[in-house]
Amino acid sequence: MALLEFEDVSVTYRSRGADVPAVRGVSLSVDIGHSLGIAGESGCGKTTLASTVLRLLPKSARVTGRVLLDGEDVLTMSFGRLRAVRWAKAAVVFQGAMHGLNPVQRIGDQLVEPILLHEKVFSRRAATNRVGELLELVGIPARRVNSYPHQLSGGQKQRVMIAMALTCRPRLLLCDEPTTALDVMVQAQVLDLLAGLVRELGIGMVFISHDLSVLSSSCDRVAVMYAGEVVEEGPAAAVFDGPRHPYAAALAGAFPRIGDTRFRYAPAGLPGDPPFPGDLPSGCPFHPRCPIAVEACQTESPPLLQMGDRRTACLVVNSSQGAA
Amino acid sequence: MSTTEARPDQAGPTAPPVLEARGLQVTFRGRGTAEARAVDGVDLALGKGEILALVGESGCGKTTLARTLLGLERPSAGQVLVDGKPLAYKSSALKAYRRRVQLVLQDPTSALNPRHTVYEAVAEGLRIHRLDKDEGEQVAAALSRAGLRPPERFFLRYPHELSGGQRQRVVIAGALVLEPDVIIADEPVSSLDASVRGEILALLLHLRDELKLSLLVVTHDLGLAWNIADRIAVMYLGRVVEQGPTEALLAGPLHPYTQALLSVVPDIDRVAPIVLTGEPPDPTRIPAGCRFHPRCQLVASGEAARAGVEVRCRTSPLPVLPITSGQSAACHLLNQS
Repeated sequence: MALLEFEDVSVTYRSRGADVPAVRGVSLSVDIGHSLGIAGESGCGKTTLASTVLRLLPKSARVTGRVLLDGEDVLTMSFGRLRAVRWAKAAVVFQGAMHGLNPVQRIGDQLVEPILLHEKVFSRRAATNRVGELLELVGIPARRVNSYPHQLSGGQKQRVMIAMALTCRPRLLLCDEPTTALDVMVQAQVLDLLAGLVRELGIGMVFISHDLSVLSSSCDRVAVMYAGEVVEEGPAAAVFDGPRHPYAAALAGAFPRIGDTRFRYAPAGLPGDPPFPGDLPSGCPFHPRCPIAVEACQTESPPLLQMGDRRTACLVVNSSQGAA
Repeated sequence: MSTTEARPDQAGPTAPPVLEARGLQVTFRGRGTAEARAVDGVDLALGKGEILALVGESGCGKTTLARTLLGLERPSAGQVLVDGKPLAYKSSALKAYRRRVQLVLQDPTSALNPRHTVYEAVAEGLRIHRLDKDEGEQVAAALSRAGLRPPERFFLRYPHELSGGQRQRVVIAGALVLEPDVIIADEPVSSLDASVRGEILALLLHLRDELKLSLLVVTHDLGLAWNIADRIAVMYLGRVVEQGPTEALLAGPLHPYTQALLSVVPDIDRVAPIVLTGEPPDPTRIPAGCRFHPRCQLVASGEAARAGVEVRCRTSPLPVLPITSGQSAACHLLNQS
């Protein structure tokens, strides 16, 4: 049984009297000890999808389908059960750690709070010891427990956020752009840390980023989302190295491989902009920007078809793969 | 045969550079604390029609250097040279200078006034410089150069009605309308979506080819440099530690810091990443000797000791890296052999 399973999940926001579909029929799964990357641009629905796991969406959002965490549907849980699951089973690391910490509270006190709230057996003293261990685990000396957030660098704050997510020994870590605000070197440190946690603690990880190159170097599998749907899914290295869907190819090309002469003086981009979720093009939502679109793409929406260990939603790619 | 010095047709700055920094230093005085040497001795040259990428981590001084080249900060030592002449800091001279050298910032959403239309945003520079004859035509020409076509369709739009990529194009149009010789772009694509990023970089390349613009691109992204830059200068803690033509520098980085930066670019089947420990250090406390030595992987691994330069790494400062057409780096290990 998979640790996390999205089964035909759709999320629709109600905005100014109109329905805005943010996520449309997504099915994905993550096993324990594995990591899944979700790639896509702003507005593609990747954060909305991840927010369904802990039901962090606003009231205006209508969620359908099933989100199974250890086989239990999160969407139908009682609120009491949900509270128990948050932090303890699944925890989130958000983008921009600098905004996630209380600036007037010592980081140790902020880390103790979820432990005392969720693991009632703990005494304050035991909790404080656990905080020290957690800080060491993410590479911050335990003596820094009394530091305030402003005394830490950006990378250290992001590590504190990761430590906070780990306080209740979750089985699943949801990371939403955890390195986007960080420098390359610090990003490398945090990616190393996360990969180590998946390996050593045997947890599952969902990693959201707009940067396919980051996902390919830190995840086992990746799913590429466009306009609320998964358009390609497969082993991370295979998708980054040989993307099949033209949008996945554009994302892979946006972060050039240094030394590859195809990218020299030739930045790869896509004309146009991502569509507004409330006003999606007909047929395949990608067709207005697609370099290989045929006439049928304007009217037919492509199904996500399995080919070997990969899935692709593209009429052109799937018909040529089928013929071959 | 007469002796020929540097040949201008080879890779490297073609003489004289449009914009040059010589021994540039910029220090900021903290409140009662030691002064921060944000830029601590930099030689840099930007040739006509050249794209130079200034690469480094946050806090390395790259933005301060760019601001100083724009005349927004005054150097505490050294000089900024424009067409070989020192930059004058009189307000009239600065105003004329700032017409020739334009700035494009990272986040177009905060660079644009939300209550100004696209037309007003682009025309603002013309009005400041009193070049508002045929204003409409100039604005239209700048917008279409920046890829917003047909321009009239964008005149009355507000920033919130545009996508991120279109907003950045408006910012670029605002720079182009003054027909500058140089554009300094500070992380021009890092706040944009992945698929739009390539389009904006292609626009910058196109502007260089079409208008012979010189571009200084400040970035932390070596992939961006590989996409568009002719030359790269790598900054660490207020100094350029390595510079050279893009192909040579990225194929064979000389400085251990450049090697580490390149190794952590996320990519599959690369060399093992050299992840430096610690954060970029503090410009108020620049280490003695080579400023990189506390984080240097070659000092940590003992390689510097085996080469017999470790003492120099720790104690003897390196000279400012001079501008050369080829690749060069400031490292004791390199000067060894």
